[in-house]
Amino acid sequence: MIIILALSGCLDKDNAPTPDTLDIKGSDTLVQLVSNMAEAYMLDHPSVEISVTGGGSGTGIASLINNEVDIADSSRPIRSREIESAASRGVEVWEFVIARDGLTIIVNPSNPLDRLTLDEVGAIYRGEITNWKEVGGEDREITLYGRQSTSGTYEFMRERVLKADYSPNMLNMEGNKAIVDGVKNDLSGIGYIGIGYLTDEIKALKLAEDRGSRYVSPLDENLIEDGTYPLTRPLYQYTNGMPEVNTLPYSFLRFELSDEGLEIVRNAGYYPPNPEDKMNNDEKFRLIED
Amino acid sequence: MGNASGEGVKERLIALFFAANGILTIVILLGIFLFLAIIGLQAFYEISIIEFLGMDWNPDAYGEPAWGILPLLAGTVYIAVLSLIIAIPLGVASAIYIAEIASPPLREILKPAIEMIAAIPSVVLGLIGLIILAPWIANIFNLPNGLNALTASILVAIMALPTIISISEDVIRAVPDSYREASLALGSTRWQTVSGVIVPAASSGIVAASMLGLGRVVGETMVVLMVAGNSRLFPVSIFDPVRPITSTIAIEIKEVVQGDLHFQALFALGLILFLMTFAINLASDIFLTGRQMGR
Repeated sequence: MIIILALSGCLDKDNAPTPDTLDIKGSDTLVQLVSNMAEAYMLDHPSVEISVTGGGSGTGIASLINNEVDIADSSRPIRSREIESAASRGVEVWEFVIARDGLTIIVNPSNPLDRLTLDEVGAIYRGEITNWKEVGGEDREITLYGRQSTSGTYEFMRERVLKADYSPNMLNMEGNKAIVDGVKNDLSGIGYIGIGYLTDEIKALKLAEDRGSRYVSPLDENLIEDGTYPLTRPLYQYTNGMPEVNTLPYSFLRFELSDEGLEIVRNAGYYPPNPEDKMNNDEKFRLIED
Repeated sequence: MGNASGEGVKERLIALFFAANGILTIVILLGIFLFLAIIGLQAFYEISIIEFLGMDWNPDAYGEPAWGILPLLAGTVYIAVLSLIIAIPLGVASAIYIAEIASPPLREILKPAIEMIAAIPSVVLGLIGLIILAPWIANIFNLPNGLNALTASILVAIMALPTIISISEDVIRAVPDSYREASLALGSTRWQTVSGVIVPAASSGIVAASMLGLGRVVGETMVVLMVAGNSRLFPVSIFDPVRPITSTIAIEIKEVVQGDLHFQALFALGLILFLMTFAINLASDIFLTGRQMGR
């Protein structure tokens, strides 16, 4: 038993990345943005090797818990169960918000509808509304495009909008891109994606909290920042242990939140962290730097 | 003298080496089975058999998790049956053409070309399915989209074709020439010879080829994951999206933490898949030996 423990200790040490590499895994919504960040960072620091892979927020967090990656990207907050599970494996999780997303409800461009309330979106995805005419559209059955259960976006939609399970009819797609590809070819389709994946081939709907409130486009930066757009959400990175000063995770996070990093965020179609996110991040950095 | 006994020892060692290899295969097979069974069966401490045979699979549900495998099993069976309906006639016909009709130079081109299909990575086939086949199917059948059992089955059938054609062709060619000569001498046409003499003579091999194709189909994951739609609904029509057992394991294994109930349940699914392919192989074996003994 002792030998096995000792051996596994050795293995862990061997597997631990050298200080010049950083393994990042998780959210499909974030994978393009974080890859752009990594590329820009590696251009300035040629000796550094950063690998960024997707697979979904749940995948990233599971890898963090299993001590396989340095940083997990996530489009949903980590669950308390996951923090406990990580702690029981000796992984201390630190949370940072690196960007904001306006989760976007998309339809085919030839769909005449241009707006929905959150209640309507919820009812559509729960399978209670099955025809576009029930929400003021054409007489056409609705095809639901959604993500798989490993996705943080899947979970965010369920917690925030559906507050129940998805209709079993929903197609479970591999990622944001697959939903875009599906909806652009499907007159009856509806999908949800991170705003970074919005293209001209699909149409973003304006959303309102309820019928009484204002319908807002996810492309309106001010209304995302002040939270008027109802599906604005933070995009997280969780680090494996405290990112100590002058380590690679620390420098990379600092870079992501620098002016250059925020420019990359905008270019990827996302929004910078809002004042509240910034306060939380700064609080963490104070703790680290002390 | 010494030399001869040295040879004898060497022979025995070589024989032992081959025996050990043979036994190793069995040990590996048993090991995989036990590994699946030990982890998978633990799921049944918490999930009752009745729950397991339910109509909804939703381990990550908003409310109570559901562990019913019937929709997944139906997805697997759907794709298996549909793709064999497509692949067997196509495969056997191609095999007959290559073995009996094609000129030798053409045969030299066709056979390797067909075997090259097996070299297409399944993710590439999936991509082609997603971009070309699915919109096409949607168009033909006037569906909102082509992510369904039929599209997946067509692609999986393509993957099963090389196995079916290659083995069927071998067994058809193995039918002795005396059969052909006798049949033609009796005045049968070429078609009568092929359909009345050669195919029946090769039928056990063709069945075995189809069974091997079936094994390929049941275990295929990537293509199905990409084009079958993966919805939780119990499939009714061939135009419904399906989520077979393989896709379910591939999707969900990524998010489970080792050792929890969901992890065990996925192993239980793996065990079912293993037993299915095992039964298919066993059935083809029994069928083959039964025929040989009957002859």
